[in-house]
Amino acid sequence: MSTVGALLAKDLRAELRAKQSLPAMALFAIATFVVFHFGLDRARLDGDLAAGVLWVTLLLAALLGINRLFVAELEEGGFDGFLLAPVDRTAMLVAKATALFLYLAGLELVAVPAFALLLDPGLGRALPELLWLLLLADVGIAVVGTLVAALTVQGRARELLVPLLALPLLLPLLIAAARGTAPLLEAGGGSLPLRWPAVLGLYDMVFGLLSYAVFDFLLED
Amino acid sequence: MTVSATPAIELAGLTRTYGERLALDGVSLALPAGATLALLGPNGAGKSTLLRVLATLLRPHAGRVRVLGRDLPRDGWAVRGRIGLLAHDPLLYRDLTARENLRFHAQLHRVAPGRVDALLDAVGMAPRADEPVRTLSRGMVQRVAVCRAVLHDPELLLLDEPGSHLDPAAAALVEPLIGRASGRTRVVVRHDPAGALAEADLVLGLRGGRVVLTAAGGRLDPAALAALYE
Amino acid sequence: MYGKGLRGLSIATVLTLVGAFALVFFYAPTDADQGVIQKIFYVHVPMAIVALCGFVFAAAMAIQHLRTGERRYDLRAYVAIHLSLILGIGTLISGSIWAKASWGHWWVWDEPTLVSFLIVVLLYACYQPLRFAIEDPEKQARYASVFAITAGAFVPLNFLAVRLAQAYTHPRVLGTTGGSMPGSMRLTFLVSVVGMALLFATLWKYELASKHTAQQLRALRARLTGDAAAPTVRSGQPALPAESTV
Repeated sequence: MSTVGALLAKDLRAELRAKQSLPAMALFAIATFVVFHFGLDRARLDGDLAAGVLWVTLLLAALLGINRLFVAELEEGGFDGFLLAPVDRTAMLVAKATALFLYLAGLELVAVPAFALLLDPGLGRALPELLWLLLLADVGIAVVGTLVAALTVQGRARELLVPLLALPLLLPLLIAAARGTAPLLEAGGGSLPLRWPAVLGLYDMVFGLLSYAVFDFLLED
Repeated sequence: MTVSATPAIELAGLTRTYGERLALDGVSLALPAGATLALLGPNGAGKSTLLRVLATLLRPHAGRVRVLGRDLPRDGWAVRGRIGLLAHDPLLYRDLTARENLRFHAQLHRVAPGRVDALLDAVGMAPRADEPVRTLSRGMVQRVAVCRAVLHDPELLLLDEPGSHLDPAAAALVEPLIGRASGRTRVVVRHDPAGALAEADLVLGLRGGRVVLTAAGGRLDPAALAALYE
Repeated sequence: MYGKGLRGLSIATVLTLVGAFALVFFYAPTDADQGVIQKIFYVHVPMAIVALCGFVFAAAMAIQHLRTGERRYDLRAYVAIHLSLILGIGTLISGSIWAKASWGHWWVWDEPTLVSFLIVVLLYACYQPLRFAIEDPEKQARYASVFAITAGAFVPLNFLAVRLAQAYTHPRVLGTTGGSMPGSMRLTFLVSVVGMALLFATLWKYELASKHTAQQLRALRARLTGDAAAPTVRSGQPALPAESTV
């Protein structure tokens, strides 16, 4: 089994056993939709308001996953154990980002239907194009989230630094995702302007390459 | 395991700083293959730091480090798979079972899974191998950690107080794997000078990052030893 | 080492800034619509440009630090980010004043540069807290460099995304650098940019020289009174290794 495969299997096994990240993220998203309902005093959302609520909620829920991503490595000696092995160190970046991507996909499997149910944005027609946006955005969140998680896990005040670092870094992604989703959720239905997936793709590429280049420096001592 | 003529470890003026302090200050030593080095010294003397440098986890800031014939940090990748580290942290995931932990490390080191089962048997942990590490006593965890350290049959063993948490029966079980009889080159950090002398070919005393005491062949000046720890 | 050329640089800075000041008030045309307050453009935009260049420069220094492992590059990046952050905040304040004077609002979401700067400032404001959160000085320097490079790559992406987002809603409200600038404006603007850049360079050199001297002093004191006397104070500032020559 490849190094990335071994790491990923280990992480997924631990997550299934301890259920640390995914249930919390999903519950948080549902709770946030309820909060928005009461905060905005609306039973139905559409257009850019719906898009905003969806994406802000997904981002905030992602923060929970990002917070916990490297904690097991830190607290249970996973960094040392990994560094002692004769393997390519970037494998940890790929494995962790893939794990986070899978958690985000799991989150959306719960959150998007919940969103459709609770805030009735007329999701049906929009679904195929929305799935594209979710896919592209998840890659970006996974990559940037892994980088931020690695930057903050070994210091103090990790829970404070993660949102402070991640939210500004994820803003271009949020902008592209929300602006792309908004016309899909318009009352009359609209189509996805191509520039937004393009921006997401560019974002994913830039941060993907960047993370790959710098990750080694975060692991060595 | 063949014993080669080149020394297993050669250090010349190894220095490592921590901010403006010196964690290791000009440490030099040579250890032949198959020999045992005991490290003594008070807390904060730099013993764990030295161990971590030898394990390729820390890079030297000055001086020369040659482990198993390779220069560090440049050739760290070449020796990584030939070194086994047993430190204070057992390096085991608490939510996974002992077997799953060892299988994971076996995958990282490209070791056949059969060896995992053999080692668990050797340390007497086979009955509890499929329970989460979280549920094991500290002594049992230490035994599994020993398995992890020798899983990939390393030529060099770095042991930080290996006997801690082990009762005599357990200690006897792990002795063939990490003790003198295993035939591997070993660097052992200990806090009991008598025990260190008994099993070591070379004894070094560290204090403030510097080597202040050297003894070979089982002879140690009691006055110097007292001075090391005061 | 950093003190060399500092006097010449300082004089050049003062001269250029005085010259810019004179040009702004006596040479550049006064805007018909906005009046005298439009002249804040000569502060706001040069600050923005120099701040952005400063962030990119810091990223370059950070790359050098990771490549060579020499801590002096980390110190250079630290000071550059520190100064650029101050200029960034200055950009926001001057932009806000301009917006209030022109449009009656202290903040406008329609101006992409201003909005982008808000996000950039929010991000770089985390640089110091991130440093402070990591105790080991060497690790702190490395992680800070990774952050500086990430943030440096982020800045253009951010500007792109914000600009694209605004393109639909409103046209550019505060006409900043337009292609059609009358000659007198262009000259004044250029001199202002040069002056701001010189100011940045002078302050950068100044701060580096000051930190370097302080560190040498500390090292001397430690050597005279013995290692034990040097307290390891937890700090977010880069500490140079004991024997560095910067």
